[in-house]
Amino acid sequence: MNIEMTEAILLTVFTAATPLLLAALGELVTERSGVLNLGVEGMMIMGAVAGFAFAQMTGNAYLGAIGGVVVGTLFSLSFAFLAITLVTNQVATGLALTILGLGVSGLWGESYIGLAGVRMETIVIPFLSEIPIIGRPLFAQDAIFYVSIALVIGISYFLFKTRAGLILRSVGDNHGSAHALGISVTKVRYLAVMFGGACSGLAGAHLSLVYTPQWVENMTAGRGWIALALVVFASWRPMRVIAGAYLFGAVGIAQLHIQALGYDIPSQLLSSLPYIATIVVLVIISRNRRLTLINTPASLGKGFVPDR
Amino acid sequence: MGTLSGKQETSSNSNFMLEVREITKKFGDLVANDKVDFTIGAGEIHALLGENGAGKSTLVKMLYGSLQPNSGKIVWKGKPVQISSPSAARHLGIGMVFQHFSLFDSLSVADNIALSLDGEFTSREIAEKAQELSHSYGLPLNPDSIVGDLSVGERQRVEIVRCLLQNPDLIILDEPTSVLTPQEADNLFVTLERLKSEGRSILYISHRLDEVRRLCDRATVLRHGKVVGECDPSKETASSLANMMVGGEVEDIKRQSGNARGEEKLLVLKDISLAAATPFAMALKNISLEMYAGQLLGIAGVAGNGQSEFFDLISGEITIPDNEKITMRGQPVGELDINDRRKLGAAFVPEERLGHSAVPDLTLSENLLLARHASDNYAYTGLGPVQYIRKDALLQATKRISEAMDVRKSGDNPAASSLSGGNLQKFIMGRELDRQPSIMVVNQPTWGVDAGAAARVRQALIDLARSGSCVVVISQDLDEIFEISDVISVMSDGHLSEPIDAEKITREEIGLLMGGMADDEAGVANAH
Repeated sequence: MNIEMTEAILLTVFTAATPLLLAALGELVTERSGVLNLGVEGMMIMGAVAGFAFAQMTGNAYLGAIGGVVVGTLFSLSFAFLAITLVTNQVATGLALTILGLGVSGLWGESYIGLAGVRMETIVIPFLSEIPIIGRPLFAQDAIFYVSIALVIGISYFLFKTRAGLILRSVGDNHGSAHALGISVTKVRYLAVMFGGACSGLAGAHLSLVYTPQWVENMTAGRGWIALALVVFASWRPMRVIAGAYLFGAVGIAQLHIQALGYDIPSQLLSSLPYIATIVVLVIISRNRRLTLINTPASLGKGFVPDR
Repeated sequence: MGTLSGKQETSSNSNFMLEVREITKKFGDLVANDKVDFTIGAGEIHALLGENGAGKSTLVKMLYGSLQPNSGKIVWKGKPVQISSPSAARHLGIGMVFQHFSLFDSLSVADNIALSLDGEFTSREIAEKAQELSHSYGLPLNPDSIVGDLSVGERQRVEIVRCLLQNPDLIILDEPTSVLTPQEADNLFVTLERLKSEGRSILYISHRLDEVRRLCDRATVLRHGKVVGECDPSKETASSLANMMVGGEVEDIKRQSGNARGEEKLLVLKDISLAAATPFAMALKNISLEMYAGQLLGIAGVAGNGQSEFFDLISGEITIPDNEKITMRGQPVGELDINDRRKLGAAFVPEERLGHSAVPDLTLSENLLLARHASDNYAYTGLGPVQYIRKDALLQATKRISEAMDVRKSGDNPAASSLSGGNLQKFIMGRELDRQPSIMVVNQPTWGVDAGAAARVRQALIDLARSGSCVVVISQDLDEIFEISDVISVMSDGHLSEPIDAEKITREEIGLLMGGMADDEAGVANAH
């Protein structure tokens, strides 16, 4: 394999992995606060259609991306209201959000089908992009890719080095104790869910503005579910999310290449690989129970009703 | 009854650190606090006494700002105040050490402390301050350890240090010694005396009347949400205090002394070791036990030293591959599950009442069926393999049990969660006793149960042992252990000490064993 081909493959892997990374980072923050939002797929598809629509309207891909973020956030607010304020079952509410998102986006995007989209331009960073092999895949990318990398570092710092991050983790670990200390569990969780919505929205916008600049109904194609698996795969650690996202992205790309090369491997088997990988990782990490327990938000998925 | 001082202090007296005037709190129809009045002076250790459900926790939550009163006022250092949140309480100088620790298991000690401090400190600064403070009060702590790995006593230290770092003038302690060894409790009292000498006030909530008498300057007694008395506890006896709390005489436990031990070995465990299943669990180390008919064994120890694992091992919640290592009535049962062990005549009452002993949302009769569907399938189910549920038989049994154990409930067959802790415990005990089990194992039989119900439960356990069954009681309450046991063992760090005759062992020796002193050292102490 020559250098150019390696570069090209790495570039496609990074591009394919960026939406997974973004959505998983958002869900990681949400889950660290103790909320399980299974609506990632729904929020992503809303971000995708909104990103496409706003880019069409304004002719500017960046405004499109911002539109995706805003719509993703607003969409997640409906989940937050139900699951946090009304304390509905988080699993059921999240599933409903996904179904709703797929439906609403189909309706909204009907007139966009077949239109040419606005592609977000590549920002080439001088000198760094000339490094052999990794230069182009890492430093000649779109803005959303750079944002995703910054978010990994930012979220790591936020969660483990700042007081606000500590408060977020404490709410996810034991909401009763957090409440007793005077921390507003509801407020923290609202913000965490909204951040998750924003990240999913941006992930969706990446799909319709960078990965395949067009609108196709159901274009997220299960990436939201992969992102959810990724959070568990990464045992709620941002730095592991990035490794997992690129691994899963590579699996997705390998699927295409293997088929193109004519190997007789069923595509269903390949597309199930991320989930199989997650199961394998779950089996491996659950052998070390101490790490799992310390990393897993203990109040994940449990509604909080303060005594009044 | 002792000296019930009825004198009224005037609210203009500014010597008080805190005055509570006619505070009322209602939850729906339930009046949890009804015009509660009391005061705490500077440098005073004030006890708040009352049975479960008397309204102590509600009152304390209002003082700490996590609940708001419906009416009444709180006067802090002579000024009326609204305590709108825990953070407001901390700003006033009110600190709280919670009963069910409000700690975060997955975070480090320093992080846990940082969360309760409102100021902006780096975690390094907090770690240093915490370490300094903890050493000066003799409460050693490592700020970098993860709370989930700490013992219960150490967790309480974290709570206390966290509270002290806020430099409070009033410290509220809710049942602080219920999880400590006698030695740890003594250390706590030294710390409290020192805080008192610094002019700080302490509000001390405890079920342990001996402690209250020893430590506290004044006591306020609550019953059904009302103040029923105020006294100087050092001038009272434990039983006069108990009577004030209960509002009537607590029945004394009747126990014939002398050895009722039979010949038959009912329960035998042979040298069982078990690895810890989770990082927060305890490994069991070389557990051996021989229990004879008619024996009541009390297992003392601080929570989290392997008691729940030990319980699960006997009950069959954890099975072991080596079938011969546990025998019940001569039958090897190591591989058998709970129902198979129950069929051999064993009965089990786990520690957690709701969620483990009983399903909260199911009715009492349904909970009865869940526990006994296998061991009493002829009585409660019909039509052979169809297992049709015989509701009448279940309701009748529910009624019989409720009457036998004096279970107070609303309606004939309410949901388990609607019963108070004490009444549910009486029902669960009754559910097992009703079968006349030949082996009965109970974990924390009277935890959080008020004095009247506790006496009933203890008497029932003694009666069962006297009728020729073997009974194992795991408890953190040393008074209870001494009150009911024929033989006493101590669980410490996954070890079970050799059972010793209850009349031949002292509290101090048990304390040493609980603190993890080796058997031989305690043996030396025993020789004195």
